[in-house]
Amino acid sequence: MSAEAHNDHAVDHHDHHGDDHDHGSFKTYMIGFLLSVVLTAIPFWLVMTGALPAAATGLIITAFAVVQIIVHMIFFLHMNHKSEGGWNMLALIFTIVVVVIAVAGSVWVMYHLNVNMMPTHDMQTMG
Amino acid sequence: MIFGRLDWNALPFHEPILVVTFAVVVLGGLATLGLITRYKLWGYLWTEWFTTVDHKKIGIMYMILGIVMLLRGFADAVMMRLQQAMAFGGAEGYLNAHHYDQIFTAHGVIMIFFVAMPLITGLMNYLVPLQIGARDVSFPFLNNFSFWMTTAGAIVVMMSLFVGEFARTGWLAYPPLSGIGYSPGVGVDYYIWALQIAGVGTTLSGINLIATIVKMRAPGMGLMKMPVFTWTSLCANVLIVASFPVLTAVLALLSADRYIGTNFFTNDFGGNPMVYVNLIWIWGHPEVYILILPLFGVFSEVTSTFSGKKLFGYTSMVYATVVITILSYLVWLHHFFTMGSGASVNSFFGITTMIISIPTGAKLFNWLFTMYRGRIRFELPMMWTVAFMLTFVIGGMTGVMLAVPPADFVLHNSLFLIAHFHNVIIGGVLFGLFAAINYWWPKAFGFKLDKKWGLVSFWCWVVGFWVAFMPLYVLGFMGVTRRMRVFDDPAYQIWFVIAAVGVGIIAVGILAMLIQFAVSIINRDKLRDETGDPWHGRTLEWSTSSPPPDYNFAKTPIIHDSDAWWDMKARGYERPTDGYKPIHMPSNTGAGVILAGLSTVMGFALIWYMWWLAALSFFALIAYAIFHTFNYKRDYYIPAETVQATEDAHTKTLAKALAAAAAKG
Amino acid sequence: MSHASSLNPDYVDEAGRPIYHPVEEPHHPEGHSTMLGFWMYLMSDCLIFAMLFAVYGVIGANYAAGPAPKDLFDLPLVALNTSMLLFSSITYGFAMLAMVKNRTAQMQAWLAITGVFGLCFLGIELYEFAHMIHLGATPQRSGFLSAFFVLVGTHGLHVTFGTIWLVTLMVQVWRKGLIPANKRRLMCLSLFWHFLDVIWIGVFTFVYLFGMLR
Repeated sequence: MSAEAHNDHAVDHHDHHGDDHDHGSFKTYMIGFLLSVVLTAIPFWLVMTGALPAAATGLIITAFAVVQIIVHMIFFLHMNHKSEGGWNMLALIFTIVVVVIAVAGSVWVMYHLNVNMMPTHDMQTMG
Repeated sequence: MIFGRLDWNALPFHEPILVVTFAVVVLGGLATLGLITRYKLWGYLWTEWFTTVDHKKIGIMYMILGIVMLLRGFADAVMMRLQQAMAFGGAEGYLNAHHYDQIFTAHGVIMIFFVAMPLITGLMNYLVPLQIGARDVSFPFLNNFSFWMTTAGAIVVMMSLFVGEFARTGWLAYPPLSGIGYSPGVGVDYYIWALQIAGVGTTLSGINLIATIVKMRAPGMGLMKMPVFTWTSLCANVLIVASFPVLTAVLALLSADRYIGTNFFTNDFGGNPMVYVNLIWIWGHPEVYILILPLFGVFSEVTSTFSGKKLFGYTSMVYATVVITILSYLVWLHHFFTMGSGASVNSFFGITTMIISIPTGAKLFNWLFTMYRGRIRFELPMMWTVAFMLTFVIGGMTGVMLAVPPADFVLHNSLFLIAHFHNVIIGGVLFGLFAAINYWWPKAFGFKLDKKWGLVSFWCWVVGFWVAFMPLYVLGFMGVTRRMRVFDDPAYQIWFVIAAVGVGIIAVGILAMLIQFAVSIINRDKLRDETGDPWHGRTLEWSTSSPPPDYNFAKTPIIHDSDAWWDMKARGYERPTDGYKPIHMPSNTGAGVILAGLSTVMGFALIWYMWWLAALSFFALIAYAIFHTFNYKRDYYIPAETVQATEDAHTKTLAKALAAAAAKG
Repeated sequence: MSHASSLNPDYVDEAGRPIYHPVEEPHHPEGHSTMLGFWMYLMSDCLIFAMLFAVYGVIGANYAAGPAPKDLFDLPLVALNTSMLLFSSITYGFAMLAMVKNRTAQMQAWLAITGVFGLCFLGIELYEFAHMIHLGATPQRSGFLSAFFVLVGTHGLHVTFGTIWLVTLMVQVWRKGLIPANKRRLMCLSLFWHFLDVIWIGVFTFVYLFGMLR
């Protein structure tokens, strides 16, 4: 992440700025695409057929979603620890941390609020 | 149909205070416009200021916006203090509830969003490129656009004073009160659109400054050689980018409830108002750290400069800042301990809140250790810093008290809370801004601020703050709730009167500051600094002339050590006198003004349900933005001869100034 | 105050003296910060969607005695929609491959196909929304439906803006060719487009599939 290395870089790549980015290849895009198709088709199939109990299905489709997001990140977004000197990865990790805290925290807090404070004729259950 | 729900009733003919205010504003406005026209300054203002992409000028414009809005926000404070000092024993005071509720709402909204945020954004905008040895920010046009969007938001708020009304919900506009059922009027809509428009500006500015700090540091300036102010700016801008989207989303959901009848925050049909409270504080807590972190950076710069010593514990300062940044996401529930989340949730957030005070404490010790055995010069910036240390510490301690959930159950939404946050905001943010203004004014304008009036302002502010807010701690302990307009118990009155006296003293302090600016401008030749380094500074901005040339640095500096300028001076650095190359600069543009102007029209149209105008301005906005992207030629070069001439002039001035200083002994 | 040992070793002359200015000015070429800046904008957009997901997570089961997912969601249609978006991602990828090789015409063709897939996605989504509203499942009906329409609708709005941007870029490439500025813009749109597919993974999983599981 040092400034000097980047500056040498910048001088050489005055008009070819795009070239030091990873653009993938036909092969990597197809791998990503096929993986995505599989990782999408299986969850849809599981839910539409009800082949497994709901809890197991839920876990599997969540896991598949996470994996497919990673597939997209690697094969389509060309995410790696080198792009922008590692700052892209750092920004992504920081965002994920904030998102996890905010979403998990909100669900936790709202669950407790609802349990303690909601009126008792219960029409809603927390999903 | 054409005017939506706008009609003559929107104009406050029945409110004498507003009629008078409006008259004053119109007269003052006409006078200002008249003077600008008379002296033929429109061209100058447009080409040199409104369309500038120079981070220094944008920074100055932000500061002007913040100071102007400070006067409006302070006027609200004065009105509240007066009302609360009077309204006892059956007296209603001079403000009815309809008016009073708008005043406390506007006071909070303006002070946070249109005073504090613009002032710190202006500061960071001005300084960060200079401190890192860069010539501008990463996205100069976006910078201009961000400024005008913030100004547009301020204009929307100010419009609410004369056309329609403002929200009466408090500065965070909790539903269901802010929902369409309980606030059917335009007030909450003014609130929403002002913040959404300004929020776009703030978020983009956050992205801009992060990219600048990451990408544009001078060669040799690794992260751990950056000035501490740049570090705190980096962390504050990370917080901005990682928190303002939450505010955007929440306000959008509130708008959906109000405009199309969705059920996010309603009490029925599956809505839940606490979702709003929860989400808005996920934004709200990082927001207060956004406000304070840059000022912590200011205090580091000022303390080391005026103690003549390297900052103690640079590494721990950086770590403390980063830890605060991350921890600020883990404390938000302490703003609503009383809403019934239960023991486990409250304990978790109470503990994290107490933990977050530790890195701040570490910073304070580092400043003290910096001062220890230093040769301290009590110039105004240092005085403000000492005042901050003493004031902020009290506010911090009351914060730790409030962090204890059972204590908070008693003190939540009492005047104790109000006293606490004013204590930290005024003691921390505002005193820090005054330190910064006094410290960097000579850099921006080439002459120092008058010290005598600065001292008057200082003592009035410090004394005034304590007189205005200590009574509120007492009242909080006595059980007085916030946002009250009339009181029954006469035992409270004396404290409110003392607080009102305090606000009067602060008013003198503000006046003294304005006089300080005026006197300094009038006497600028006597206060002139031509060295560019009047305080024996340590960081790179002091290596430039005052004010710096458009391009900041004729030749990019190489960084060898932290406190780069101090290091260069110690090594006997000599200014280069030739070998200048043409300098690549971004061009001015009016696109920011136009886009922000269209946004203002759209906001106004949405507020007043003028759907045709909202649609029209929306499409104009998109069309113009797309049109703007067809302009690829947005830069120019400053010829080497111009650079040479500018640098030669500065070399001459510098030699003269140094000779004069040497002659004075 | 000077520490000889703290001199920057890259900038010391033969005599060991510090160099204070580089001979060649470090050049920040036009657009050097664009990809980083755009990525950070995407992170902020990600946070907005995360909040909409959080709200859906909290009130998404509040049916208010109205229609629930099982009454409304047509999974085969959602599968079709998902494939439209996934195809558009791969065709955008092909466009980028062509761009890197400066094959302008080929790139424009792939962009056009991407746009068509995007419009198909939007068309199917609008049809779905219209059908739900026709059944009385309006955004106003319940917390669940408010959260559904705003989350899925915000995604759809992003796809709409992305499509407008795509057309604009096609015009700009047609007029100025694949100059560096246009390539940068195409790369930003690439990030944006793929990011929207990432969000959609979250939507079809946590809204549609989970909705039919409950």
